[in-house]
Order: sequence, then C-alpha cells, then structure tokens
Amino acid sequence: MGAQLRVYKRRIKSVTATKKITKAMEMIAASRVVKAQRKVAASTPYATELTRAVTAVGTGSNTKHPLTTEPETSTRAAVLLLTSDRGLAGAFNSNAIKAAEQLTARLEAAGKEVDVYVVGRRGVAHYNFRERKIAKQWTGFTDQPEYADAKAVAGPLIEAIETETAEGGVDELHIVYTEFVSMMTQTAVDGRLLPLSLEEVAEESTAKDEILPLFDFEPSAEDVLDALLPRYVESRIYNALLQSAASKHAATRRAMKSATDNAGDLINNLSRLANAARQAEITQEISEIVGGTAALSDATAGSDK
Amino acid sequence: MAAELHVELVAADRSVWSGEATLVVARTTSGDIGVMPGHQPLLGVLESGPVTIRTSDGGTVVAAVHGGFISFADNKLSLLAEIAELSDEIDVQRAERAFERAKSEADASAERRADVRLRAVAAR
Repeated sequence: MGAQLRVYKRRIKSVTATKKITKAMEMIAASRVVKAQRKVAASTPYATELTRAVTAVGTGSNTKHPLTTEPETSTRAAVLLLTSDRGLAGAFNSNAIKAAEQLTARLEAAGKEVDVYVVGRRGVAHYNFRERKIAKQWTGFTDQPEYADAKAVAGPLIEAIETETAEGGVDELHIVYTEFVSMMTQTAVDGRLLPLSLEEVAEESTAKDEILPLFDFEPSAEDVLDALLPRYVESRIYNALLQSAASKHAATRRAMKSATDNAGDLINNLSRLANAARQAEITQEISEIVGGTAALSDATAGSDK
Repeated sequence: MAAELHVELVAADRSVWSGEATLVVARTTSGDIGVMPGHQPLLGVLESGPVTIRTSDGGTVVAAVHGGFISFADNKLSLLAEIAELSDEIDVQRAERAFERAKSEADASAERRADVRLRAVAAR
C-alpha cells in the first residue's frame, strides 16, 4: 500500500471512532431531554396551585411584604445566571452568559450596582477567568436539578433581598436562564423575579376571566403571605433550573447531531480521496509493467536481427 | 350520594394523589382543621404532620406532609407541600432508623421529618 493511501485510511479510522462517540452522545442527550421535559411537566401542578394561592392573597388582602414592595430608589440588584456544568452544547452557555452580560450592562447604565450569582461550572469558569466577582455560586446539579437544589439557590437570594441595601442587601433580583421553547428552539431570557408584582401574577393566572373567591386566611393573611412568597420564588427558580436543564440537553443533542453529520461528510470525502489514491497507484503500476514489457520486447527485437 | 370534594395533593416535583373525598383533616399552624364539602374558601399554612383524607368510597388515605399550604375553593381542595409522601410509600424501618439516628445526633429537623413519617404510618 502506498504512503498516501495509508494516511487516508488512518484518518478515516479516527474520524469513524469520533463519529461513534458523538452519535452515542446525541442519543444520550435525546433521552435526557425527554426526561427533563417530563420533570418540567411534573412540577407544573405545584407551580400553578402556588400561583393561584399567591393571586388569592394578592387580590384578597392589602398585605405588604418585603418581597412585594417596590423600593423608592433601587441602587443594588442581583442577577442570577443559570448555566450548565458541562459544555459540548453549542452556543448554549455563551448565549446565557451573553444575556446576563447585557442585562448587567443595562442595570449598570441605570446606575445600579450588580451582584452576580451563578449556577453551573461553565458560568463560574467564565467569570473567574475574567477575574470578576461572583457573589455566590452553585455547581454539580445542573443536569438533573432537584427541588432541594432550587431551595439552596433561593435561600441566600431571598436573604439578600430582605437585608437592608445599606448592609449589603439588594433591591431587586433578576434571573437569566434558557427557556425551553421546543426541541429545536431554546432562547436565553431574562426577567425580574423580585420584587414581585402581585398584579402581574394575578394577570398571568386569571387570564381565563376567573373570579377568585374571598378566602379565609388561616392563621392570617400576613402569615400566609410570609410562608407563601419564599415558596413561590423557590418554585420559579426550580422551574427555571428544569427548563435550563432541558434546554442544555436539547442543545447538546443538536450540537452532537451536527458533529455526527460533519464526521459522516468527512468520512465520505476521505474515502473518495483514498479511492483516487488507490486508483492512481494501480494506474502507475500498470504503466510501469507496460513500460517494462515494451522496453523488453524492444530489446529482444533488436537482438533478433 | 354524599357530597364530595375534589382533592389534589401535590408535592414540588410531582402530583402525589388526587381524587374525590368527603373529609380532609390537616394540621395548620393554628391547629387541626377538617374540611368537608361546602366549606368556605380557605387558605392556610400547614404544619409538618399527617394529613388524613377520607375518600368517597369509604377508604382512608394518609400522607406525611412536610410544610406547605392548604387551599380550598369551589369544592376543590389543594394541598401543596414541598415534600409529601403517601403512608404506603413510606419505608417504616428506614423511617425508624432515621428517627433513632436523628435523635442521637440531635438533628431537630431530621427528627421531626422522621416523626411525621412514623405518625403517618401509625394513622393508616
């Protein structure tokens, strides 16, 4: 076998191995998307019921709460950024980080100081590499977030909101995560989580012209709101974590699919080149043989005379 | 047929139980409360404790609920809990072990969780 042909054969072998790996990763990601979507669906009843309850308190009483009152001047804001622990997901993480950067710039332009809270090793690495301060970080659960993880994330954030701004607390909380629109579309979105506007929540849940009854609060509207709002925030963060996980798996699946397709194309091109090289080798051998016999017959024809 | 109410028992990550019932007894922060069909709209904060549901076919469902809310309106009752388990799902030996361990380690919240589970099993 010629040297050229051997080089092609070796490259085909290595690309085939890569293709097998990316194909396996694609299939794993595909099955995880389905699982993650199922988890989003399973958490929906709790979120809907909770939203209903918050609406009920919001419309049924004029209670004030630190999580719902708009400060007159807001000077400090927290941004919670959800990324993933692992890469190989195309532009998934960079899109989320870009959205967070834009939001931060917007808030800073409005004269607010921004504290960044990051979930996921990719986001942490991004901020650490640029030597920027992270207020708090969480890693290790982004592939399959549990409710306890959402609680762990929400705790310090709620505490920061409840702390006075002068003592290092924040006035508002924004969240940046990747919304799972469909298998093909995931978009990085940002939204303000706190302070919560009860009117907005009410609009969301009573779109069907539903009139909520006058509730009897046990023990009192204030206490119910006190217990309800942190849970509501947790459930929103839980939902964002789940959507982000589903989006990550969908992005991985897509990235791995195009990697597999590219590897296939590469193998096709390489085998064409290998075929051409083999053919050239054969042609050369034939012409060598023909040339050799011609030379031989010329030589014998000369000696006959 | 006796009047009945629709019950949804949902935990943060799943729907635990739903069906028709004639009476639901739960423990709120201000004491035990029983809800029967036609009760006035109610929204309360639940304590950790067992919740008893008398189903319309005469059976009883007991669940261990760790914190959460009870809300009732339009003959629909929702029990929201971060963690909720039906008594049938609870592993008694494991709960007992957890109870002993929590006691020896003086872990108050773990002890309370295990205690709630055991009480839910005892009530079934």
